[in-house]
Amino acid sequence: MASSVTPPKSKAEPKVISRTSSDLDADYKWGFTIDIESEVIPKGLNEDVVRLISQKKGEPDWMLEWRLKAYRHWVKQDYREPTWANIQHPPIDYQDIIYYAAPGSKDDAPKSLDEVDPEILEAFDKLGIPLAERERLAGVAVDAVLDSVSVATTYQDMLEKAGIIFCPISEAIKNHPDLVKKYLGSVVPFADNFYAGLNSAVFSDGSFAYIPPGVRCPIELMTYFRINQADSGQFERTLIIADKGSYVSYLEGCTAPARKTNQLHAAVVELVALEDAEIKYSTLQNWFPGDKDGNGGVYNFVTKRGICKERNSKISWTQVETGSAITWKYPSVILKGDNSVGEFYSVALVNNFQQADTGTKMIHQGKNTKSTIVAKGISAGKGNATYRGLVKINSGAQGAKNFTQCDSLLIGDQCGAHTVPYIEVKNSSAQVEHEASTSKVSDDQLFYCQQRGISVEDAHYMIINGFCRDIFQELPFEFAMEAGQLLKVSLEGAVG
Amino acid sequence: MTQTATKISNYEADYQAIREQRAASNPAWLTQLGDQAWTRFTELGFPTARRGNERWKYTNVAPIANASFGLSSDLVAGSDHESELRRAAPWDDEWINLVFLDGRFSKVLSNLNASDSGNGRILVNNLAEAINSGAANLEQLLAKHVKFQEDGFAALNTAFLGDGAFVQVPDGSVLQSPVNLIYLTSTSNQPTVCYPRTLVAVGKGAQATVIESYVGIKSGALNPEYFTNAVTEISLAEGAILDHYRVVSEAKQAFHVGTSRISQGHDSVFSSASFAIGATLARNDFEVLLDGPGASCNLNGLYLTADAQHMDNLISIDHAQPHTSSQLNYKGILDGKSRAVFGGQVLVRKDAQKVSAHQSDKNLLLSSQAEVDSKPSLLIYADDVQCGHGATAGHVDKDSLFYLRSRGLDADTASRMLVHAFAREVIETVKVEPLKQFLDELFLEAIPETGLKLGGAA
Amino acid sequence: MTSKNTPLLEIRGLCVSADDLEILKGVDFTVNTGEVHAIMGPNGSGKSTLVSVLAGKPEYTVTAGTVRYQGQNLLSLEPEMRARMGVFLAFQYPLELPGVRAWQFLKAAVDALRQHRGEEDMSARDFDRMLREKVKLVDIDPDLVKRAVNEGFSGGEKKRNEILQMAIMEPKLALLDETDSGLDIDALRIVSEGVNRLKNPANATVLVTHYQRILDYIAPDHVHVLLDGRIVQSGGPSLAMELEAKGYEWIREAVEASG
Repeated sequence: MASSVTPPKSKAEPKVISRTSSDLDADYKWGFTIDIESEVIPKGLNEDVVRLISQKKGEPDWMLEWRLKAYRHWVKQDYREPTWANIQHPPIDYQDIIYYAAPGSKDDAPKSLDEVDPEILEAFDKLGIPLAERERLAGVAVDAVLDSVSVATTYQDMLEKAGIIFCPISEAIKNHPDLVKKYLGSVVPFADNFYAGLNSAVFSDGSFAYIPPGVRCPIELMTYFRINQADSGQFERTLIIADKGSYVSYLEGCTAPARKTNQLHAAVVELVALEDAEIKYSTLQNWFPGDKDGNGGVYNFVTKRGICKERNSKISWTQVETGSAITWKYPSVILKGDNSVGEFYSVALVNNFQQADTGTKMIHQGKNTKSTIVAKGISAGKGNATYRGLVKINSGAQGAKNFTQCDSLLIGDQCGAHTVPYIEVKNSSAQVEHEASTSKVSDDQLFYCQQRGISVEDAHYMIINGFCRDIFQELPFEFAMEAGQLLKVSLEGAVG
Repeated sequence: MTQTATKISNYEADYQAIREQRAASNPAWLTQLGDQAWTRFTELGFPTARRGNERWKYTNVAPIANASFGLSSDLVAGSDHESELRRAAPWDDEWINLVFLDGRFSKVLSNLNASDSGNGRILVNNLAEAINSGAANLEQLLAKHVKFQEDGFAALNTAFLGDGAFVQVPDGSVLQSPVNLIYLTSTSNQPTVCYPRTLVAVGKGAQATVIESYVGIKSGALNPEYFTNAVTEISLAEGAILDHYRVVSEAKQAFHVGTSRISQGHDSVFSSASFAIGATLARNDFEVLLDGPGASCNLNGLYLTADAQHMDNLISIDHAQPHTSSQLNYKGILDGKSRAVFGGQVLVRKDAQKVSAHQSDKNLLLSSQAEVDSKPSLLIYADDVQCGHGATAGHVDKDSLFYLRSRGLDADTASRMLVHAFAREVIETVKVEPLKQFLDELFLEAIPETGLKLGGAA
Repeated sequence: MTSKNTPLLEIRGLCVSADDLEILKGVDFTVNTGEVHAIMGPNGSGKSTLVSVLAGKPEYTVTAGTVRYQGQNLLSLEPEMRARMGVFLAFQYPLELPGVRAWQFLKAAVDALRQHRGEEDMSARDFDRMLREKVKLVDIDPDLVKRAVNEGFSGGEKKRNEILQMAIMEPKLALLDETDSGLDIDALRIVSEGVNRLKNPANATVLVTHYQRILDYIAPDHVHVLLDGRIVQSGGPSLAMELEAKGYEWIREAVEASG
């Protein structure tokens, strides 16, 4: 049985993450910079930089060794990035990136909220993520990550009572080495792909969560990622372990200042669900998409993977991808335990010059495993959105089932929508179904709405929201509201 | 690149021999074309499933690259094969039948029904003769649609181009009889390769039916490997209509790589059905370019694999113009340890508005060791389109099986009935009656007798 | 401004084409408040075109004539503006809006109307209450408003949903485009009763139909026959009966004989 912890009282009005405005970029209202002192190491990457990052974090030797192994493997690839995705960008100069930037000039992170720079608190306030005790979001514990470090984590006391560990991963390395050693890299090994290798060598911070057996996490856990430092990359690492019979819902949000140059974000997220456990992972990805002419924006090259390690476990990814100049991301599930369930619900929106190559991999290994994929792509402006997904049924996956649905909506005649599914079936008892459609908002639908007094622009948003409804339903309420808002903001200028 | 060098050397001597002959007796442009293609082949080599090579992601051609295939040197004694031919390939005395034995036109085996080909209007000929007689437009038509610069197999075929079929349907003509092209490989003492080349040009408003069959002699004591590297180029002018059938029924020890390129003009209609059975490794690389508004194509396919066979279909449709439409419907039946690969690619180019495109790939797995890899992709750059695709993989429907058994049929019979019904859907699209019957028997015979226990026990 | 004598709708010499094909060839037609008009005619006579043009459907081109609504030039207004001013079209084939919940759709429509009139948005609670009443009024399954607009609705449900929307938007000029077609007798009765309940001296209804059947339930004050893009005959309710008995060929012959 799940132990019970009383959640904090709910406030009357749900907070949305994007309620502030900024004068820096009228369209991307999260584009402001935070004016704080930062400790920044010089640009460039070599073994010494890896050692320096590890040292800054005060890491034990085993962690440094792991990083170095990853780095040495990565170096061998000689900057050969994967080329199969439907994206284009100028070569990235990996020696022109700052690999560590920490707010404040001291090595040590603040011990409590009182020690956090008020400027930072105000900035997160502005982003809609108040961290102070009396204002913090109801029902959501937040780990706020600014550039390379976690600046604050809320509700930790309450979570501790339930036996839940929710802390920056840098702390977990020190305080819970056994768990980290056991699971870090167990789902995404450093040799997995180019960007995961880079991340393994230089990751700076991120969140760690462990839900003990039988505990149903009473509140949502959330990590809010913010890039602030110019020329820096963000390489966070998240590890979530749901022990037997536990449940957790985890949210992730992200923004960055509007800058003229591209910034690299190469994160790794690993999820482990043990017997009867369930992890629900939701993302609102709103990194700076670049301006109307395609200048600037974040390269979001992310490896996210979960393993349903034992029987009856479940992992569900929900993502709303509206930001980033380029998104390269395939949140996946390895369905190892018998009867385990993997889900992927996605909305990917591209406008102006954005490119997204995103989808999932469902690897069926266990018997009677089930996966569902619902992916919605919206292309506007000169954007290109690609769904790329793999459904793999291994020979031992007796009775495995997959259902995939990919729908694309095109707005304007300069954009592209692409669907590239890979279906690999090695077991004859499997049932795999894939459906896809591509369409545009029809003139007749618009006229019908207009005839009911609704303006063309509102009609567009209404139809687009309807198109995404299956996905938004999977999001926690606040996130769903926010997602609708994000779509609207992201599509400005593209409809009506 | 060293790996390709050794593999290429196998072909070098044969090429030089061919070239010598060619330079002596053929027009210069052909020698030139051959040289270009040969040079390109030496650069490209055989494709590998390297990182990022999506066209060959699931198919490894190392067995072809590593073997030493030579040109067949045996003298063609065509008449010996007549009875075998009638069994192995579709045939009707009323058709225009061209038979090629080990890559060479066989007059003895062919039946060019003078009534249709001899009226001076429609030209159905073998390529070697067309080359020798200096057919005026051949230079313009050959290697126009096949980009051998991008593909090792097409380059190799073009380098060795010697014989094949040349079908020309003049503007406004309606070819009543189907043109039946049979590429037959006989048994030989050593591994042989042949390079069938088919060229079809359908004129404005003209109409024709073309059947291409690739068959191997399945009986006999000698069973060395052989390799068929075929290239087909088809063009449809404005308003042309072509029904096209492709039958691959090679011997078990065969390798078959077929590259087909179809180019369609304004309002032309191309209907195709492709059938594959047999062969150790077979590849059907089939690409349709819808190059005029109103052009439409309808591509059907059926493949059946067993044992350790590998079947790869790569079907691409390029909607280059507005108001074009395509229907793609492929089905596979897999048994044993076989593996089927389906790559479907529908491309809708920018400004190709009002396009309709639908593709579907359905696979039936009869054995627990069979594998299917399906990649039905859509790449769309225009906004006013109706596009969709579907793919399924699974075994015989349990409920249907139970229903049949509850009516007294035993499990094997019931399964066979359902598998046959699955195949029938594609066979039914064949409009030429004798061909339909031939295919129905071919597939019915190939449906495995046993091992269909799936779902039966439940 | 509308005076007491200004007709609600006044159409003069209206000519309309679509894809270079002339569909309406000079229609004159006047509707006053409190009236119910029935426009009848065979398929392809231009009935649907007439009401679609009044609602502002973009694919039609008005080549000649005027349409005044409450004394104002209707043809210069955007479709949503016409709707906000009280012109309602019940579609012959209501569109499906996948994923768009009916509740949300209706609320947006009501908000748009109220904003146009300078009123505040209705609170969700008040809207719910109003919606419940209207659902009862037109006797439809309350669950329909929880689903996506018309998605997976049966033909009858779609038609009833149109009447529900009409009840909510309370139009001054209701244009019903073959609302009766495809309805069984029970559904026809329910839809008709809904329309009758919404009728009042301040609004008017224009009913487009192929059959006399619906006129058993909704009594028209005036019946017009539209043939080949022109109104060829107008009269009282008895004209509909005569049409039903003698068929459209009768009127065609009569027109040709006189003409």
